[in-house]
Amino acid sequence: MRSAGIDIGSRTVKLAVLEDGELVLARKALSSHNPLEAAALLMRDIDLGTVVATGYGRHLIKANLNCAVISEIKAFALGARWLSADCRAILDIGGQDTKAISLDEKGNMSKFEMNDKCAAGTGRFLEIMAAALGYTLEEFSKAALSAKRAEKINSTCTVFAESEVISLTHQGGVREEVALGIHKAIVSRSVSILRRVAPPGSIFFAGGVALNECVRVHLAAEMVREVIVPEDPQIVGALGAALYASTKKGDEKSHRVIMKD
Amino acid sequence: MWSDLGIDLKAHDALLSMLGGAYQDIFLSQKNRPEGMKYFDFVMSEVHGLRIKELMDAKAQGRKVIGSYCVFVPEELILAVDGVSVGLCAGAEFGFEAAETVLPRNMCSLIKSAFGFKLGKVCPYVEACDVVVGENTCDGKKKAYEILSPLLNDFYVIDLPQMKSEAGKALLKQEYVKFVKKLEDASGKKVTVESLKKGIEITNAKRRAVKRLADIRKANPAPISGLDALLINQVFFYDDPIRFTDSVNKLCDELEERVKKGVGVFDKNTARVIISGCPMAVPNWKIPMLVESSNAVIVGEESCVGERGARWITEADGSTVEKLVENITERYFNIDCAVFTPNPSRVEYVKEMTKKLNAEGVIHYSLQFCHPYIVESMPAEAELEKAGIPTLRLETDYSQEDAGQLKTRIEAFVERVHKK
Repeated sequence: MRSAGIDIGSRTVKLAVLEDGELVLARKALSSHNPLEAAALLMRDIDLGTVVATGYGRHLIKANLNCAVISEIKAFALGARWLSADCRAILDIGGQDTKAISLDEKGNMSKFEMNDKCAAGTGRFLEIMAAALGYTLEEFSKAALSAKRAEKINSTCTVFAESEVISLTHQGGVREEVALGIHKAIVSRSVSILRRVAPPGSIFFAGGVALNECVRVHLAAEMVREVIVPEDPQIVGALGAALYASTKKGDEKSHRVIMKD
Repeated sequence: MWSDLGIDLKAHDALLSMLGGAYQDIFLSQKNRPEGMKYFDFVMSEVHGLRIKELMDAKAQGRKVIGSYCVFVPEELILAVDGVSVGLCAGAEFGFEAAETVLPRNMCSLIKSAFGFKLGKVCPYVEACDVVVGENTCDGKKKAYEILSPLLNDFYVIDLPQMKSEAGKALLKQEYVKFVKKLEDASGKKVTVESLKKGIEITNAKRRAVKRLADIRKANPAPISGLDALLINQVFFYDDPIRFTDSVNKLCDELEERVKKGVGVFDKNTARVIISGCPMAVPNWKIPMLVESSNAVIVGEESCVGERGARWITEADGSTVEKLVENITERYFNIDCAVFTPNPSRVEYVKEMTKKLNAEGVIHYSLQFCHPYIVESMPAEAELEKAGIPTLRLETDYSQEDAGQLKTRIEAFVERVHKK
């Protein structure tokens, strides 16, 4: 039996397909200005089984596919638990949100925290800061890891931090040290959200920002805890939605997206 | 009438058309609404029409219109000089650019909106007022009144205590005694035992009606939506009190019938939540709309526009004006606004409401930059969670730009509290 989860994030669209309890397909694409089209392209010509949508664009997919939706917080809780059976604390840093989720022993969501409306300290923040320093995302993390000390960045507000970065570079600040400062700012912001909800134990780190090694290293150091990053941290939400879809008994409605050229 | 009031007609038309559209989308589109809501729909459609005409007629008869921004301003006293009491709090992101020419940007939406309405000349209520009454609650309002005062013909400030001590109560009483004098001077009428008793009676009847409504909402399925109940609590502040009371009681008769028959506006299996925190003035329907489109129903509001504004009744016994003013002081001194320190009864009451109304969780709502409620929100959340009541803290303003993020949180919260 097949089931699929589609996670329409602010920056990336993710698709996960499960068959008899195995992840058989995972695909990603940029959300672009037309996330519905991006999602349709991902889902094109595949037998999806029951579909459940999550992420920012979940209601958009619901309106078009008439499928069920769950919040990305629930989706991450389900996906994380499947990948790491005893995990209790989840940190997800996506394109425009940071979420910390705590689970009880059984894996039920017991509390969550999320950043406020601005994209402070999220993936988008990292992208813009990398660009401000003239790095690609890969170079950005490496450069930060190579720095021996960090410049202090006070703001995780993208606009304010960008002016801080410009002011530091214009004062002759070392590029790598500024890069590390930015990474530390994002970590410290995430840690304050995590500390409010996370039970003791290891932290399951998901979302696109989990691909950044510098954030991973400093998160583990700040929290003094083990940080577990799954093989593909971006797919966790889509996977959770697919898992939820697979439990939807009595809903045998099958979805197949056929695109007209 | 409008030009007499100095209303900017073009801006006013724009405001009304925005309001009308929102009302259609948010209220009239709800399913299975009680018949009794028709009265409130009518009031809303005439909010800048017939009601203003009534105020102008009252003024022509020599009655004074007294506007206020807070539930600490006693309506009993206003009625005792045959005045008309109107609430002036504003709930729309309107005229913020104008407001920001005289106020700092990082000010709560409620205050900015009140300024926007005044500076944009779109609020016939404030223009119709003979006296506008402010009060020293939060720092934001207290200081903003200094800037508002020169814009109004007659602006009066009531000082408020910040602690629930005997000295605090004495201050409040003294302020109410002074306010009686102010009202007598403004109206040329004396407050008598008889007129004050009548004022108390009318105000209490209005409170009893909304308390009755609040109690009916414990039923499952919910006989009325949280949006409609909030609307009634909003209309509470500017409608004719006797007609309002009568309409709420008629609606309650209908709702009691619904409860007997097990009829509701939402399915029985809908998550039940309480909203607690900052007031929601017309037309601030943002959070309730998001909640009630996320498989949840709001069953109570711990807010000034809700239980905090209406749950206490003024003792009507007394043979002197002084004794009656003392009763009024006793009544208002109970209000557990977050400007008081400490303020333990507020969270206690949220717990009580949760139990009484069979709610599954609490959404704590703070307006951005409203420090009293934002600061209280963290300990309130901790205490409610400790008592086994799931709590979601939201901080937002009047803009719509964070609707997506808020919806995600609200849906996740509903998934957390309500396991079908």
